[in-house]
Formats: sequence, structure tokens, C-alpha cells
Amino acid sequence: MANDVAIIGVGQSNFVRGYEGSIRELSFEAYREAMQDAGLTRDDLDASIICSAPEYDKQRSPSGLIAEYLGLNPQPTFAVESVCSSSTTGLKTAYALIKSGLHQAVAVVGFQKMSEISSADSQERMGRGADIMWESPFGTTMPAYYAMHARAHFDTYGTTEEDLALIRVKAAKYGQLNEKAVYRKDLVMDKIMESDYVSSPLKRFDCCANADGSSCIILASAEKAKQSSVQPVWILGLGSATASYSVTGRNTYAGLESAREAARQAYRMASMEPQDIDVAEVHDCFTIAELMAYENLGFAEPGRGAELIRNRETYLEGKIPVNVDGGLLSKGHPIGATGGSQVRTIVQQLRGEAGKIQVPGAKTGLVHNIGGVGIYANVIIMGS
Amino acid sequence: MGFERFGRLSFTAQSKTADFVDFLEKGDLYATRCGDCGLIFFPPRADCCSCLSSAMDWVKVDPRGKLVSFTRSYFAPTGFENDVPYVLAVAEFDNIKVFGRFKEGYTEDDLSAGMEVALKPLTLPDGQISYQFEPAS
Ligand SMILES: [Zn+2]
Repeated sequence: MANDVAIIGVGQSNFVRGYEGSIRELSFEAYREAMQDAGLTRDDLDASIICSAPEYDKQRSPSGLIAEYLGLNPQPTFAVESVCSSSTTGLKTAYALIKSGLHQAVAVVGFQKMSEISSADSQERMGRGADIMWESPFGTTMPAYYAMHARAHFDTYGTTEEDLALIRVKAAKYGQLNEKAVYRKDLVMDKIMESDYVSSPLKRFDCCANADGSSCIILASAEKAKQSSVQPVWILGLGSATASYSVTGRNTYAGLESAREAARQAYRMASMEPQDIDVAEVHDCFTIAELMAYENLGFAEPGRGAELIRNRETYLEGKIPVNVDGGLLSKGHPIGATGGSQVRTIVQQLRGEAGKIQVPGAKTGLVHNIGGVGIYANVIIMGS
Repeated sequence: MGFERFGRLSFTAQSKTADFVDFLEKGDLYATRCGDCGLIFFPPRADCCSCLSSAMDWVKVDPRGKLVSFTRSYFAPTGFENDVPYVLAVAEFDNIKVFGRFKEGYTEDDLSAGMEVALKPLTLPDGQISYQFEPAS
């Protein structure tokens, strides 16, 4: 496996509602945990890749600043951004750097301090998260775009608001077990169904919360991985795709074509099928996003995603456990850190270190991390 | 200049497609068509990504179409707070899709996928030029 790339360290800060520290300190929390996990010191690292969505950063060009604070000078560092999927794009970049032979070990650090800017500034930036020429002038929001996908899924396949609520019930069940999650309360059906609409048919509890947080993934060549005491988790498949920024450029709203394409690439690279996956982390920024992921990843046929959650097949004891760490819905969604947090959960599962949420005997895991409403999509398949 | 007049609140002042706003002000929705390969673009583009030509022609879009999807938004970004709730929608016209708002006064209960809609240009009270969807009469 001389050419293979492994994950040898994972770390994550608590995801919280208002982090009482600076972005460098926030990043350090995940970095320290990952480096201690890997049993490495800073001289072992050849480069760092820093991932955040710059619209939330006050610091210009944060990668240099974070690298300094982590003690990673004079190694090269640079920023990678694809909004909510930034840190898995960073992971793919690190994979390429190692696979090419340029580097032996690379740290991928994702962070977001969403409370860094005022809520007024955040409201202002929110409107520019769409095509600013042709869509922002109508007053767009992220929930509105996902809501139009939910509506299309309802109209095309008969999915209901109750089906979406079932996904939040699952997220809340597992979120209570996750010490690092921002939302740790139990949620029952009635409470979810009675919550106010944010953008119909999506209600308050169909949406994940903003959070501050950081994640860190250490990737290494097979040779370097041998020096680490931890059990390496191998990257078996990588897929990435894009779709139009403008919602009008899409052929369907009942799924994300970019996610489907990224999944196809990742399965092909890993020579695997959806049924080979033992545990998955999918990008559930909204409940509808998880439902579409079931179908786009091939866990269910198109239109039959709701059956998976109705039959509890995505629970821990089901056919394909999904987001048993509580997902973004419970953990919160600190944009630049989110993908790394998903990868961390899968690495822990494949090492058999996932504690109360361990999927027995999990050998193969998948991460599905989406930027925007499917503008960017990354799918990663890992194996122990 | 000219594009800052488009929509409830524009974020772009300069575009080679600013004539779109003038056409809209006169009552018509236009797309662009590549003069070399014939591809039609909406939103309008100044450059063809298929054949790399910039020889674009304006073509009028038939304003009768069908609703594809929609949502009623109860939260809004800065500059739109006083408009909530409002309905955002995607509709299909002549093989192109258009994103915009549905006429005030309609809720999701009045709407369904596939319903026939008309795209109506409008001038907002502050002089901004926009369009909205309405049920086809
Ligand atoms: Zn052309």
C-alpha cells in the first residue's frame, strides 16, 4: 500500500454558540487533539491546509495566522474554501499532496467562529450567499433554497413534513450522547411539528444551528503512518463535483446532482457499492438534505428515502446507520469545521472507538459534505 | 452602469448584460442567444461557455410558464426584512428557468407545482425594475 494515504489523527473542539476565544485559539483546540491522537509533533508535519468560509472571518488571510499559532512555520500553508464543504475539499487537497509524493504528512484544519461578526453583518452576508446578480435581489436565504428542494421532493415523491421531522427526532436522540454537540436536548415529534416555519415547508427544527467550532484531520503517507501508534484509517474513495450556482441551472430540485456525481466517483474509485458502506455521515444542514443524501448516495432508490427513516434503517441498529453522532442538526454547523467533524466521527467508528454510538464491526464508512445547496459536493469513502 | 436598477435590492452595478433591465422596464423578459452556436442563456450571459463567442443576441422569452417549486420565506436578509413573509419560486418558460418572487398576497396554499404562471415586469415604488410571477389569467 505504498501509494496509499491514511488518516492518522482526528480532533474537534466543542461546537458552541459563542466561543470565548479567538479564531487561533479555537483552531488550536482541534489541532492539539488531532496531534495528540496521532502522537506526532510539529516537525512531523510537512504542510497545513486551513479551511474556513471567509465571509465570517474578520482576519484577512487567516491561513498564515493559524499556521503560526499552531507552530507550523516554516512549512507551507494555504487556505481552501468551498463554504460548508471547505474542510473535505482541504482533505482532498492534502490527499493529492501526499499521493504525489510532495509531502508525507499534512494537517487539515477547519474552523469557523460564526459569532465573530454581528448578527446584523451575518444577516447582510446571508443575502449574498446566492448569485448576487440574478437571485440575491429577490431576498434569498439558505433555508429558502433547501425549502424549494423539500417542496419538489414532496410534490415528486409524496414525502411529508412528518418524514422530515423523523430525521430530526433521530438527530436529537444521538445529539444527546455527543458531548461536543451544541444542541443536546431530546425532541419529540409534536414539538418539531409545532415549531414555526422558517421557509415553508421547513420549520425551525428542520434547520441546524450556527455554531463556533474547529476540526483537524492529519493525513499521512503509508510510510509515515507506520511511525504512528494509532490504527490508520485509509482513504479508499474520493469524489467531488459541482452544480450551477444559480438555482435556475438545475435539472431537478428533488435531489442534488453534484452529490450523486461525487458519490458515483467515490464508489468507483473504491470499487464499492452503496451496500458496502457500514456507517455514514451526511450533510444534514436541513432535514431535507439528509433525506436527499439517502437517495443521492444510493442508500435508497430515488423517491424512497423517506422509507429508510420511517423504518428506522438509518438508526444505529438499522441497515445503514447515518449521522449517529447527531449530525449537523445536533452538533451545529461551524461552516469551515463541519466536514472535518464528519470525518472524525467516521474515523472513530472505523477504529472501534465510537463508544455508545459504535456501529458493531464497522469496516467501511462514508462522508457526504455539501457546500451551498449542492454547489459543491464531496464524498469520501474510508476503510480500516 | 445600469444593472443597479435590477430587483428589490441590487448588489451589482456593472454588467455587459445591463440591457436586460431596459428591456424589462419596457415590459419584456429577454434571454441571450449565442450568435455563433445558438445556445440560449437565462440568466442572460455576455459570453458563451460552449463555443467561447461573445457575439450574443437578445431574444424575447414568452412570459407564460409553469411553476416548478416555491417556498414562503418568514426570514429575510438585510434590506428585505420589511417584506416578510414572501414567496420565492422557480418557474419554467420556453426551456429556461427563472427565479423570483410570487406576487404579494399569494401563499403556498394558492400554489402548486405545474400551475400556469405569467411573468410580469414591474416597477417598484422606489423606481427599481423587477419582475414577479402571477397566476396565468
Ligand atoms: Zn456559443
